[in-house]
Amino acid sequence: MVELEQVGYRIAQKWIVRDINLKIETGEFWVFAGPNGAGKSTLLRLISGELSPQKGKIRLFGHGIYSYSPQELARIRAYLQQKPEVNFPFRALEIVLLGRHPHLDGAKETPEDWEIARKSMKQVEADVFAERLYPTLSGGEASRVDLARILAQEPRLFLLDEPTNHLDPRHQVQILDLCCSIVQSGKSVIAAIHDLNLAAMYADKVLMLRDGNAVAVGTPETVFTPKQLESVYDLPFEALRTSSGRTLITPLLPSPQ
Amino acid sequence: MQNRTNILLILAGLLPISLCIAAGVGAYQILPWRIPRVLLFHEDGFEVLIYVRFPRVILSAIVGAVLAISGATLQGIFRNPLADPGLIGVTAGAGLGAALWIVLVGSGFLGIWGVPIAAFTGGILVTIGVWKIAQTRESVPTVTLLLAGIALNSFAGAGIGLMTFLADEEQLRSLTFWLLGGFGGATWRAIAVTFPVALIGAVVLFRLARALNAMTLGESEAYHLGVSTESLKRWAVFGVALSVGAAVSAAGGIGFVGLIVPHLLRLLGGADHRYVLPGSAIGGAILLVSADLFARTVAIPAELPVGVVTALLGGPFFLWLLLRFKREVVYG
Repeated sequence: MVELEQVGYRIAQKWIVRDINLKIETGEFWVFAGPNGAGKSTLLRLISGELSPQKGKIRLFGHGIYSYSPQELARIRAYLQQKPEVNFPFRALEIVLLGRHPHLDGAKETPEDWEIARKSMKQVEADVFAERLYPTLSGGEASRVDLARILAQEPRLFLLDEPTNHLDPRHQVQILDLCCSIVQSGKSVIAAIHDLNLAAMYADKVLMLRDGNAVAVGTPETVFTPKQLESVYDLPFEALRTSSGRTLITPLLPSPQ
Repeated sequence: MQNRTNILLILAGLLPISLCIAAGVGAYQILPWRIPRVLLFHEDGFEVLIYVRFPRVILSAIVGAVLAISGATLQGIFRNPLADPGLIGVTAGAGLGAALWIVLVGSGFLGIWGVPIAAFTGGILVTIGVWKIAQTRESVPTVTLLLAGIALNSFAGAGIGLMTFLADEEQLRSLTFWLLGGFGGATWRAIAVTFPVALIGAVVLFRLARALNAMTLGESEAYHLGVSTESLKRWAVFGVALSVGAAVSAAGGIGFVGLIVPHLLRLLGGADHRYVLPGSAIGGAILLVSADLFARTVAIPAELPVGVVTALLGGPFFLWLLLRFKREVVYG
């Protein structure tokens, strides 16, 4: 459903991402990982259609990304980014309702749209602050409202730029669980996530980026090896087996004296 | 949501009342409830109403409405509650056009139409200049739009200053008078020219309300929600230039209306532009009609420039709002 062929994007002479080849199928949960500035967000924004690649081709659901109008794109994919700054007194519910924008065609929201917005808020436990002013919400609360907004958008492809940022562990797990149920319903999720262990627990596939290049693609087990991670992050890693049988990855720190 | 409908209905009810009071009050008093009789039966005061009061009251309502809608729109585009309709250069450009005309051409050519035409042209040209300067290859970023607006605003301000310096006594007087704004010269003919242009601009802006809501989240979020942000900005600047250009040409520079009215509406009923834009239109009309009523009656037979009144009343009112609703004002 998402195909990238030799995709490259540059600002002035510097390639931010280059030669990316990727094929993402329906029902897959992908994680883009890599150090700061590796090109994760840029790649997400290229797939969303917000940026146009100078090189290569992007196809969404079988059609070139250029063949979609902004509104058509908004019906098939949604994008979650860091907390947007809002300077006007919108209620959280109104912000979520904005997710229905691409489906309305200029008409007024129907009771059904309100219902979808309320349900989305419940799904991420944001319904308790539905009536609060969005600018007064904390970072974590606002993140959940934003997530509810893109759920209300009902896309087939979710692009999430650091969705677990600002969130406490409980809500991090909750949101990744939500991603899993989205994927199980036949939709796809691509998330840029820094927390390697969380990523490993949930992702079907991982794309590891460094300096705009794809350095590894595969399942978390094959990509998140201490050797691979060390070459990407310039930091030694070790893998630990927990009593429950899971593998945790952690930076290898000099042992205390 | 019901609340918003009620606010709009109340405002819509207040508008005709304020129009009638303003039309009735003056050196020649006509009680507001007698106005229908006077009009129907040509009683005493018919001429005053038809030829003096109504043109003035209606023109000030039109100007107030478009200034407030334009302010609300630009606040939405720039995502900043402090944006003013003059931000994209149209007001300063109109001032420069008027100043150049008054000082360099004089009133001989084109008669009473000279200054308004020069002002409108100046406003549109400077706005186009701001737009062209802000344009990059594929987009018009709001930040550069803002900076280009500030740059050309100060440039036009300098031009007006230079004209003030070059002007003789009489030119200086008419220039100052124009810059401060007023409705003393309101005629039906002025309305006939201003109204259609202002209306086109206002209709364009009303249609942007929903996209402006999405824009609140930022330009890229709006894009991800399916808004064509470049076309949104283009239509917004087009609508504001047209309607404010027409308003300023007819009445001179009148400040504070475009800033304060949208604020007030947001405090009353929230930030949805589908409510803020029509509410601002009616609220702006009521405010400017009242300000003009005050301007021409406070020191009869002398008349204060209405721009002075809006600033004089607007300033403290704004301060009061700020102190009363400190937190809400920050977000609206």
